[in-house]
Order: sequence, then C-alpha cells, then structure tokens
Amino acid sequence: MAEDLVRVTEQGLYCQAGDFYIDPWRSVKRALITHGHSDHARSGSASYLSHTDSRGILRLRLGEEAKIETIDYGLPITIKDAIVSFHPAGHILGSSQIRIEHKGQICVVSGDYKTQRDPSCQAIEPVRCHTFITESTFGLPIYRFPSPEIIAAEVNQWWQANANEGKVSILYAYSLGKAQRLLMSVDPSIGPIYTHGAVEALNAVYRGCGVKLPATTYVGDVKKEDIGRNALVVAPPNAQDSLWARKFGKSSDAFASGWMRVRGARRRRSLDRGFVMSDHADWQGLTETIAATGAERVLVTHGYTPPLVRYLTDLGLDAHALETAFTGEEGSDKLDADKETTTENEAGTLQ
Amino acid sequence: MRTFVELYQTVDRTTKTGEKSDALVSYFQQASSSDASWAVFFLTGRKLRRLAPTALLKQLTIELSGLAPWLFQECYDNVGDLAETMALLLPESSAGLDVDLTEFVERYLLVLRNLDDSDTAAHLVETWAKLSLDQKFIFNKLITGGFRVGVSQQMVTKALATVSGIDPNVVAHRMMGNWEPSAQWYEQLIAAETADAMASTPYPFYLAYPIQEEVDSLGDIKDFQIEWKWDGIRAQVIKRDGQVFIWSRGEELISERFPEIMTAASRLPNGTVLDGEILAWSEGDVMPFALLQQRIGRKTVGKKLLSEVPCIFMAYDILETAGQDIRQEPMVARRQKLLSILMPGQCDAAPSCRGTLSEHLRISAELSADSWQALTVLRQDSRKLKVEGIMLKRRDSVYGVGRKRGDWWKWKINPLSMDAVLVYAQRGHGRRASLYSDYTFAVWHDGQLVPVAKAYSGLTDEEMKSVDDYVRKNTLEKFGPVRTVKPGLVFEIAFEGIQKSPRHKSGIAVRFPRIARLRPDKPIEEADTLAQLHEMLEVYGK
Ligand SMILES: [Zn+2]
Ligand SMILES: [Zn+2]
Repeated sequence: MAEDLVRVTEQGLYCQAGDFYIDPWRSVKRALITHGHSDHARSGSASYLSHTDSRGILRLRLGEEAKIETIDYGLPITIKDAIVSFHPAGHILGSSQIRIEHKGQICVVSGDYKTQRDPSCQAIEPVRCHTFITESTFGLPIYRFPSPEIIAAEVNQWWQANANEGKVSILYAYSLGKAQRLLMSVDPSIGPIYTHGAVEALNAVYRGCGVKLPATTYVGDVKKEDIGRNALVVAPPNAQDSLWARKFGKSSDAFASGWMRVRGARRRRSLDRGFVMSDHADWQGLTETIAATGAERVLVTHGYTPPLVRYLTDLGLDAHALETAFTGEEGSDKLDADKETTTENEAGTLQ
Repeated sequence: MRTFVELYQTVDRTTKTGEKSDALVSYFQQASSSDASWAVFFLTGRKLRRLAPTALLKQLTIELSGLAPWLFQECYDNVGDLAETMALLLPESSAGLDVDLTEFVERYLLVLRNLDDSDTAAHLVETWAKLSLDQKFIFNKLITGGFRVGVSQQMVTKALATVSGIDPNVVAHRMMGNWEPSAQWYEQLIAAETADAMASTPYPFYLAYPIQEEVDSLGDIKDFQIEWKWDGIRAQVIKRDGQVFIWSRGEELISERFPEIMTAASRLPNGTVLDGEILAWSEGDVMPFALLQQRIGRKTVGKKLLSEVPCIFMAYDILETAGQDIRQEPMVARRQKLLSILMPGQCDAAPSCRGTLSEHLRISAELSADSWQALTVLRQDSRKLKVEGIMLKRRDSVYGVGRKRGDWWKWKINPLSMDAVLVYAQRGHGRRASLYSDYTFAVWHDGQLVPVAKAYSGLTDEEMKSVDDYVRKNTLEKFGPVRTVKPGLVFEIAFEGIQKSPRHKSGIAVRFPRIARLRPDKPIEEADTLAQLHEMLEVYGK
C-alpha cells in the first residue's frame, strides 16, 4: 500500500509532499492550522497558515510576533508538491478541514467538526477523499445531542426561572466557540448579559469578523451592585468555584458541554444544571460525515478512538487509530487559563 | 408522572438540602393521595421486585438500537449503569407519556409481574416508544430495581410533616414496616387522628454520632452511661398482642431467621419494645461477624446452622413498656425499666453481660470508668472482646429519631491498617463511571506483590482524579474494564478485622477495607509484607 500523505511524527501531523505540519504540537517551520483551540494552535512555529476568520483568534493565542498568513475556504494553493485547500468544519469560527492532494491521492484532515447548526460559524461541508483523518471526541452511540433549538429553549427557561427567583444565572462554556454560539441562541429580552474577560476578548474577535452577537458587558467594567438579579453571566469552566464566581451572590450555575449527556458527568461537576451542547460531532454526526467523504481509509484521532475504529472496520473500511496530542472537549481551554490571573485582579472592582 | 420526574431531576441535580426539601414539599402539596403513596414508597428506597431479566433488557436494547453487542457493552462500561445506558441508546421518541404516577406504576410496571418473557419484551418495546428520555431512565431504574433518589428518609418524613402538620416522629413511626402504597394508606399517614398503629410497627431507630474530637471534650464522664459497641445486627424486638416481631435497622422483618430469639421474646410482657443487637454467641463470647452473616443469608434456618451459630439479642434500651411509648423518658429511667423487665428481682453485676429471662435475651452491661483515661485503657480490650469500641449515652437523653449530634456517641477503636501497593484499577459505577476509582491493593511476598484487598472509598475527588491519571498513564495491560497498573503508588488501607481465607491467594481476608490516605512519601519497596499481615492475623484473627 502506498504511504499516507500525512503521518504522525514527533512534531505533529506531517505532510512530506508539501513539507508542512498540520496543528503541530512542537515548533516547526511551517504550520497549517485547522482552528484556534489551544490543542490545535500552539505557539513557537516559524509561520502559520489558517482560514481568514481564524486570524484574530490566532493573534490572541500566538502573540503579536507570530507570522500568520490566511486563506479563504475552497481556494486551492500549491505548497511544494501538494495542492492544499481549506473547507468549513462547522466547529468554531474559522475552523477548517484541510484537503491535501498529491499525485491523485486526496487526504482530508478534519481538525474538529460538528454537523449541528451553529449561527456563529459556517456549516461543515464534507469533502470527498481517499483518506479521512477524523476526530472522535464523542465516538460512542450514547452521545446523541438534542437539537440546538431544544437546548436554547432549556437555557432560556432556566435563565427566566432564575430571574424570577432573583438569582443570577452563571453559564459555564468554553470561551472560544461555545460561548459565542450560546450568546447567539439565548433570548436577550430576559435580562442583561455579562461576560468573563476570557469570553469578552473572543467576543471582540467574533464581532470583528461580522458575527452578530447580542450586546454583552465585561463584568470587570461594572460594580457588583449594578449587576441585576436577572443577569446572565457567561464564563469559562475554570472560573467555577473560583473567588470570581462567588462575587455574584445568590446564583444558579450551569455547564454547556456534550459530556452533560451522561448523568455521572453532570453530577461530578456539582452544578445546578448541565446543558447537552457540543461543538463536536455526536456519534451520528461522526459516522455520517465519514460516510459522506467516501473515504476508504479512515484514521481516527483524539476521543473514543478504539470503538470508532472497530465500528468502521466492521463496515469494511480500512480504519486505524492515530496517536496525536489533541485533547478534544476535555479540560479547559488555555486562553481561559491565561486570563485567570488578570481576572482575579479585575474581579476586585466587583467588591 | 411528569411531576414525579421533575421531582427526581430537581433532587438529583442539587446537592443543597434546602432545595431538595422544597421540591419534596411542593410535590406532596399537589400530588393525589395515591400518587403520593407511591412517591413515598420509592423515595424511601422501597423496591418492586426486579420486573424484567437483565439479559432480556440488554438483548432488546441491542435489537432496538441496531448496535453490535460489543458496542453496546462498550457503552455500558462507559456509562456504568444499565438503566441509563439503555435510556441513552434506545430510539429517541415522542415528548413522553402524560399519565399520573399511579397509572404509570400500575399500567406499565406492575403489569410486568404477570407476563412471560415474550409478552414482557412486547410490553417493554411498546412502553419505551411512548416515553421521553427522562421517563425512560426512571422506568428502567424501576424495572431493574435500581431506583435511588438522593433524599434521606428523614427529609421525606420532614416534608410530609410540613405538608400535613403532623409531628415528624408520628409520621416516621407510621412509615415504618411493611405497607402497600394506596390512597388510603397515604391518608392514614397524614391523618390527624392517630389510628391504632399496627401491632408489628417498630419505632425509628436512634443513631449515635461518631466521636471526632478528643473524648474528654464531651464533658464529665459521670453524665454518661457506658457500654461496649456490639458488632452485630441492630434490631428491635417487639412483643404485642401475644405476637413477636424482630425488625432490622434496614426495616426488614427478620423474625423467622432467629427462631431462638423469637422463643425467648415470647416470654416478654405484652406491649414491650426492646432495642439492641443480634449477635452470634457461644459460651459467653461473641462469634465472628462472618458467622452471623450466614444466619442473615438464609430465610429459613436449618437445625445444623442453628446449633453451630446460635444467636442472642443483646438488649440495651426499651422504647415501649405496658403499651406506653417511653422514648421521651431519660436514659437512666429507661435503663431501670429494661432491668426490671429482663431481670426481675436482680441487679446489674456481671462484667460484660448476663443471663436474664432466657439465655438468648441478654442485657448489654454498663461499664464503669472513673475517668476518660481509665475508659481509654478499657477501650483497648475492644478488639480482644470482638466489639467495635465504646458507646456513650447521656444519662438524661431521650430516645430520638435518626442521627443527632450530642447525646449518643460511638467511640470506635482505631481500625487496623497496612501500607499496600495499587496493582489493578477498574472504572467505578454511577457518579464515578468515567474514573478509575475501584482499586486492588497488594503487599510483598517473596519479591512479588500479592493482592490482599479491594477498596474504592476514602479519596477526595481531587485525589481520585490524580490516581485516575496515574492509572491511564501507567497501564501495563487491559482486560475488560480492568487495568493492570505499573506498581508505583502506595496507599494506607484501614480495615476492621482480619481472617484466614483459603479462598484467597494470600490466605487472608480483611474486613471493610477502605483507603485511609495516599502515601506519596513511601516508595513501593517499603509497603507491608504478607508476613506482617499474618502476624496481625495471629493477634486479632482468632
Ligand atoms: Zn477544537
Ligand atoms: Zn480537537
């Protein structure tokens, strides 16, 4: 069998034909970036290429010095011996699948993706290919996500009920992507919306790309007593149980994540509510997308890799696990952590 | 059904007692008597017999979801709970059933009792199609007998007292024993007039609080009645209307399992309720708890077992005499009544306990100690006497309900302990389904690690996460849900007792092992040896 167009090296996913890396976890000469989450976009490489809408996010993540080039969806370019193009992945703003063609062989690296509707970014477009490198964060059939409309209604109901009881609603969500998606699905007529510093910084980037977010106020800019009891506060998960979260007094807290589908995960968080909403594909989204690519060879990365590989093998596909350093919808996002120290100080104005 | 599901969810989501209580009160305020009776039944942990075989449930879920059996199993391992796994995998359906709880129980649950396997399958498929995800979860929990809600019996009692305006003690008393849910039962439960309690009804048990501080912080030792803390089955013996009933603290009627105690108790005057401990007892001495367990395990007791493991009732309190509830009288007065009923014309004298009306009905003796120091010395005999430690009861204390801080204290002996090495880890269940939280520990023997104990409790969530992380990064082998772990972590394991066990490779079995703490300071070479455990067996295992 011919060698794969993309293989795993110590530095990351490497394409020899084009002599570039995709989402490398070590410093390299040339990095192609699927999207701005911290496990996919790491600093230290000499040059970066990403989708146009990822520029602002990468700037925040990689610093002023980083050399970032951008490209629009669907535009083929030649890098050494490879033809490369970016295609929407539906995961977050600017998220891309990267298509690589060399000597008639086509390989697509999915990055992270989802099939659910998301008003804050462009919908996924499956790309025909021979080899598909897919994520598998929610690669078990127990992960079946309700429609975003149902979840939006649940969130609004929860917010409204809290407002009626005079409780501030604190909604924990990853600051990049999930937060903006939620902001676009809540009903701003219920009350004012406040944000944690990490979320507000990314809101600015989204607005800069023309995404129509509702009005939000950074909590650091207001006094504690000015925050109405009918407020919604959107914050990254690592703000939970911090000094920061306790400033709001009587409140109800919730977490929006695909993991909230399972009771044990909901209870471990010890939050008042868990909303089942993810920016990753559920089992059906994964299997349908894989089928739509028409790929005969599927390489599965971060997530429930073994069951998805076995399932695809049972279907007659040439499926294998690929060990990478991506983490999926786990832990918290590094951008959130970076902001945490400043937020402790900022929160001082709340007292 | 909808309101019951909402109640379940509210209680399940929150860890705040206040919110749980509010949810209970508002549920009972609007529920019909019949629905409320079923709610009380389920909320207090009463169970319907398993209504469908597990194998059938799995098979149906596999068929309806269209998944390969291995993939179903993978999901089950991950979720850790069959009822939930089924609910998550079964086809998504409509908005759910709109019937009240009673109709739901009768039409969809109880009907399963009379169906054979193929009719059961048809009924399940039809029912699942009508249920929402949340309803499916609760339905599955109920048919598998695994339904549990995060409220205590006391919280339910209090909520019912709030709704009805009846004294919580009366509500608790009426809720004890065997009963069938019905509108009539519920109305009696919250009725202002005290209908005559059934002859068999026990009182709620009063529980002691563990001493956590220094014992002398309790004040003057003379204010306390001191007894051994017996290691048996807590029980109430009731004699009313010429009948005898024995109730365990789990509110199970266990009379038939202890015929010798039944016979002895038949000599008690009518209208007597005793509180005490059932013990396996031979020649003035407690027998190992494992033997008592053989007696609990059988519904009917054969002659052989009866003579090999004779049992007694060690009485330490009296709650009713001459048909009068005397729980509000002080301990010291109740003790006098206990003595006069069980040992007419005698006084308390023997060292640990003594014969009374019958050799199978004894009184837990009062211990004497002039000072806390003297008691501390006395307590060191506990392990030798096979008791769990010391009980301290204020002489002026009433017999309360549930566990309260202040009047009754248990002062347990320190458990035995060993330093052992983590060798296997398994995913937990329920709340811990995604963490490696069930561990097997080993000690050294001839340069090898021999497994000696399994334990899963005792770590904080944070510690558990760090151990989980270690397990994932140091897996040598996987078989099923179990991982063999590279030896590297030492734990202090506490346990209550140690016994010979030919069934175990190590030749010993420890009782109630639990994790006392992580020992990151200890290299694995310094963990204990099997020889050290065998020394402990010599001292404490007889
Ligand atoms: Zn991502
Ligand atoms: Zn990812």
